[in-house]
Amino acid sequence: MSQEATAFDDKHYDRTKVVQIVHSVIAKMEGLSGESLRTLTKELQDLVTAIERTKAELASARTADLGNKDVPTATDELDAVVDATKGATDSIMSACEAMEKMVMGRGDAIEQGIIGEVTKIYEACTFQDITGQRIRKVVSVLRQVEGKVGHLLETLGHTVEENQLAVQVEDNRTEEQKLMNGPQLPANAISQDEIDKLLASF
Amino acid sequence: MAVDKSMQVLVVDDYSTMRRIIRNLLNQLGFANVDEANDGQQALGMVGTKKYGLIISDWNMEPMSGLDLLKGIRGGTNDNKAVPFIMVTAESKTENVILAKQAGVNNYIVKPFNAETLKSKIAAVIGDF
Repeated sequence: MSQEATAFDDKHYDRTKVVQIVHSVIAKMEGLSGESLRTLTKELQDLVTAIERTKAELASARTADLGNKDVPTATDELDAVVDATKGATDSIMSACEAMEKMVMGRGDAIEQGIIGEVTKIYEACTFQDITGQRIRKVVSVLRQVEGKVGHLLETLGHTVEENQLAVQVEDNRTEEQKLMNGPQLPANAISQDEIDKLLASF
Repeated sequence: MAVDKSMQVLVVDDYSTMRRIIRNLLNQLGFANVDEANDGQQALGMVGTKKYGLIISDWNMEPMSGLDLLKGIRGGTNDNKAVPFIMVTAESKTENVILAKQAGVNNYIVKPFNAETLKSKIAAVIGDF
């Protein structure tokens, strides 16, 4: 396989190899002249333009945010979903266990009926395990995306200043929409007590 | 021969909620002596010190999976070498089932499951009860 082909394999974009390819192309250019040289120079300039455009598009897509903020936030949110559903499931299970104890030993139709319904709830509670596993798969994929984006940026030598991005990305949301951030992670949320105190302070 | 419902059952799963569900369903079926382990490694340690009549285990666990637990039990020298072993897992590909069977699993339940399935699979490996 040629050196050019190995620089871009399925998983890696090796910058060193790209540089080697460029040097190889320059060496080949030394033997050219006239129209052939102009054509090749023009093609290389087009290539440079395409690379610069790609870097600019990556910048405008806020890829730095993706790796530094968006993906970690998304994974934290998903972990919070798993924790919340586990908490809810445990509460449901506790209620079921209490109901079982209340009717245990009656030996009548009511006991049979309650136990039957409680069993259905236990069966339904298995969703927590399944959804937990599915969400962890999603988290794993997100972390892979995060790693690949980071590697891509590193390869392109891409550094984006935060203030540059702030200029490029317009926030068209209304003031109310900006306040709509959905459920907060426990560490970022304030408690009902704190809300009550806050309201009482007005 | 009648099934001895006082037998010791070991439930292995890294999700505490799932262990709790299986334990409660086992209790409803009359199996009151249920131990729990949260991964294969812990379970293997327990298997080395106590005789079990049935093991119900998840597959996907860290650091030791249910499959490695099964292999450890079947390949070991403990009293539980031939214990009935049911894999309860979300891994539902054919190759998973084949691999588990080759390792010596007695039955295989795919999550999510219902009480009737659990009962029938237990009966299939230890006899009707």
